[in-house]
Amino acid sequence: MSFIRPIFRHPESPKNDLGYTRQYYEGVLSTLCAGCGHDSISGAIIQACFEMNIEPHRVAKLSGIGCSSKTPAYYLGNSHGFNSVHGRMPSVTTGASLANRKMLYLGVSGDGDTASIGMGQFIHVVRRNLNMVYIVMNNGCYGLTKGQDSATADYGSVNKSGSANMFQSIDLAGLALELGATFVGRSFSGDKTQLVPMIKAAMAHNGFAFIDVVSPCVTFNNNAGSTKSYDYVRAHLEATSAIDLVPEKTEITTEYEAGTTKHIEMHDHSIIELHKLAEGWDPTDRHSAVERLQASRIKGEILTGLLYVDTESKDLHELIETVPQPLNSLTKSDLCPGSGPLEKINGEFR
Amino acid sequence: MQLTAINDLVIRFANVNGTGSASANNMFAKSIFRMGLPVTPKNIFPSNIQGLPTWYEVRVSEKGYLGRRAGIDIMVSVNPQSLKKDIDSVRPNGYFMYDNTRELDKSMLRDDIHFIGVPMIELCRQHFTTDPRSHQLLKNMIYVGALVALLDIEVQVVKDLIADQFRKKEKLVPINVKALELGIQYIHDHYQYPLGLRLERRELLGDSILVDGNTACGLGAIYAGASVAAWYPITPSTSVVNAFEKYAKRLRKDEATGKNKYAVVQAEDELAAIGMAIGANWNGARAFTATSGPGLSLMSEFLGLAYFAEIPVVLIDVQRTGPSTGMPTRTQQSDLTSAFYASHGDTKQVLLLPATPTECFSMTADAFDLAERLQTPVMVMTDLDLGMNDHLCAPFKWDDARDYDRGKVYSAEDLEKIKEFGRYKDVDGDGIPYRTIPGTHPTKGSYFTRGTSRDEMARYTEESEPYVRNMERLLKKWNTASNLVPAPEFYQKTNSSQHGLIFFGTSTYAALEALDLLKEAGAPMDAMRLRAAPFAQEVHDFIESHEVVYVVEQNRDAQMRSILINELEIDPFKLVPVLNFDGMPITADHIVKQIERKQKPVSNGMAASY
Repeated sequence: MSFIRPIFRHPESPKNDLGYTRQYYEGVLSTLCAGCGHDSISGAIIQACFEMNIEPHRVAKLSGIGCSSKTPAYYLGNSHGFNSVHGRMPSVTTGASLANRKMLYLGVSGDGDTASIGMGQFIHVVRRNLNMVYIVMNNGCYGLTKGQDSATADYGSVNKSGSANMFQSIDLAGLALELGATFVGRSFSGDKTQLVPMIKAAMAHNGFAFIDVVSPCVTFNNNAGSTKSYDYVRAHLEATSAIDLVPEKTEITTEYEAGTTKHIEMHDHSIIELHKLAEGWDPTDRHSAVERLQASRIKGEILTGLLYVDTESKDLHELIETVPQPLNSLTKSDLCPGSGPLEKINGEFR
Repeated sequence: MQLTAINDLVIRFANVNGTGSASANNMFAKSIFRMGLPVTPKNIFPSNIQGLPTWYEVRVSEKGYLGRRAGIDIMVSVNPQSLKKDIDSVRPNGYFMYDNTRELDKSMLRDDIHFIGVPMIELCRQHFTTDPRSHQLLKNMIYVGALVALLDIEVQVVKDLIADQFRKKEKLVPINVKALELGIQYIHDHYQYPLGLRLERRELLGDSILVDGNTACGLGAIYAGASVAAWYPITPSTSVVNAFEKYAKRLRKDEATGKNKYAVVQAEDELAAIGMAIGANWNGARAFTATSGPGLSLMSEFLGLAYFAEIPVVLIDVQRTGPSTGMPTRTQQSDLTSAFYASHGDTKQVLLLPATPTECFSMTADAFDLAERLQTPVMVMTDLDLGMNDHLCAPFKWDDARDYDRGKVYSAEDLEKIKEFGRYKDVDGDGIPYRTIPGTHPTKGSYFTRGTSRDEMARYTEESEPYVRNMERLLKKWNTASNLVPAPEFYQKTNSSQHGLIFFGTSTYAALEALDLLKEAGAPMDAMRLRAAPFAQEVHDFIESHEVVYVVEQNRDAQMRSILINELEIDPFKLVPVLNFDGMPITADHIVKQIERKQKPVSNGMAASY
């Protein structure tokens, strides 16, 4: 158990615009290991939803199987959740979104759930630009089955049993960029100042928003020689920029040196504010994001921050031209053609 | 000797795949339909797009038998690849029509059948200047013309069909009519016509329609209010979703905006297809998928999730010949075990067993009501024969007063009223709990859906007691299901034989004909058609009240018989399998022969099983 949560709640806990406290966005107590990076990500999701004034019942949280996929129980206790089967969260989320385009879909997955058993579904949900937030809690190992290397374990990374990984790793952020994902970011579970605004920006995005979050496994992959340990990650972090999400109609007051800042207006009119921009990188240019990621990889850096965003893309519903109202709200009068047209159809078979 | 019969024949066309023969052959079958005669066309096609042999078989039966009949009376051969085999397959005294632009190899000739040469290519060359590709199409119309003369088909009926067929390409009408007339004229000039085997108009069909089962399933899903279809292409189920989409485009567009009141997604595989259907149903839309054997295997894990997490989902399984890739373009009823017991752990799934396109329509619509009422997967088990061939059947009917049964779903108002919402609580004692749709209420009714064990309040648990309670409740729900699914159909008011015959799905046509044959032979049987599993009490009672019961099905391992034995605790010796699994639809002769072969004495001195 990662922490003992105090039952006491301060009566004057700050409330958001909806009148909810941050606690209202929490879930049940986590059963993950103490110090698990995933719990920090759950905390960031809670914080982001609180700050974004999200109505919990308008969120569906979905997952596959694994340590990461248990987390939806630990945040947004007032939201509907669906812990599906291993590697299949994307298809269930796709169906849920088809049924009701007006909810916020928050999928979490792990590196095994996404990069191995669920690779096919991951690739295709990216292609379809499903309007969802997809967070991978990436620890490079299979925690729930006691520490086997996953497909995102770096080549040469040493696991707890002392063996070095002999296979090439899959860079999910790089892959998402190649596949045409319309929002790609990477972060670190230990960096809330970056992760919270990134999740907020992902929620503001219209289309598929992917965040690869390096999230150390304290029990099986936090040893010397692992490239996904807290120490190693902290020592090799490199950010594309600092990120903030400014809600619509909020005046931007912070001033930065010219040329080091970029503002990106999102679909919901909120603004992603980026500063301390990495050289030669433009978050709206996919090519520069791919290049920057490659350059970091060669240097042995773990590049974090927003990598790429396309604010003009069309999501799945726009592509297949469904009606604006949720399909699950249509009634018999919308859906059933009635006996008249059926008589005509019968006639075509005579 | 000549064969003589009116309105009773089997004709087979031997074609090359991808040469446009399908539309000519369909037109031939439709012309018989429009002469008011019961007609059963069957496509026997290869897993191939162009070049391999394909056959089209048409049975006409004034008595109304719609199953296949063995024995080919007339073969129309336009495929040199299969010539020898086609000549050999004609029954003695039958007819073999072929293109005699090229003479037949003498060694192939038989003296016990009649050869009818029609120079189809030569006639095309003489009369049409167009390119050779269109000669191939017109050649098809020439043999239709020859058959019109030989079988005494009404010419105007065929001309009307040509006009229908080319309504959007009117230019093609005169040239096709000319080809038809060339065929007719050639027979008039060279042969005695009509043959002893011929057709006469009757008005036997009432308001019947001629349609395939996949179209009916797709249309059924439209009428049932399905708004999400997720699928992966696989023969023979592909045309289910194609039909859904076709009718959706016509009937489900928002008139003002042109936007779609439906979504069709072609998934990356069958796992994703059913995952999407489950996700959409969980979120309150009616959604379905369609597949066949290999796809069903892939969907198995998800079917277990939907069973255990209690999520409605409709699956149309158009069965084909397995195992593995099997014979992908041949028919079987062989997914029964894998569908009924789909997924690991203790699972049982609801199956519906349509026998006609009419039932494909109504049972697909019913499947959505049942899936939501029972909060579980419902599989409509059709097959390649039913799905891809046209069948003469009663017209589709829809009662406008019918409302969709969305099952036990709490609305926001309900949630305000009730004291406590427990997703897996058996409130009414029928084993079916209440569910909520995400987003219904700001503060009430949310829960965490999962495939792991949980208690009545949907809280994760690994305690034995709530797990066992939940599994027992699912069994109670299963018993509830047996009273809600379509009841079996009986063919007698009261039982009058020691022998019973059980059949279902596309075995029905041949079984009904076999019942007549048995009656004529002085050995009548009582009969029951299964329409669903789990089985209603009447199924058990029918078996109990007969000494021997024959179970007709189209697979090797007598899968339905095993399910009956297992679910109803029937003595295996009582149920005698009658099987056909060669990939072709079962025939009445085949059923009768097997019953005769397996007969053994029963208590009253009559012969019975084994």
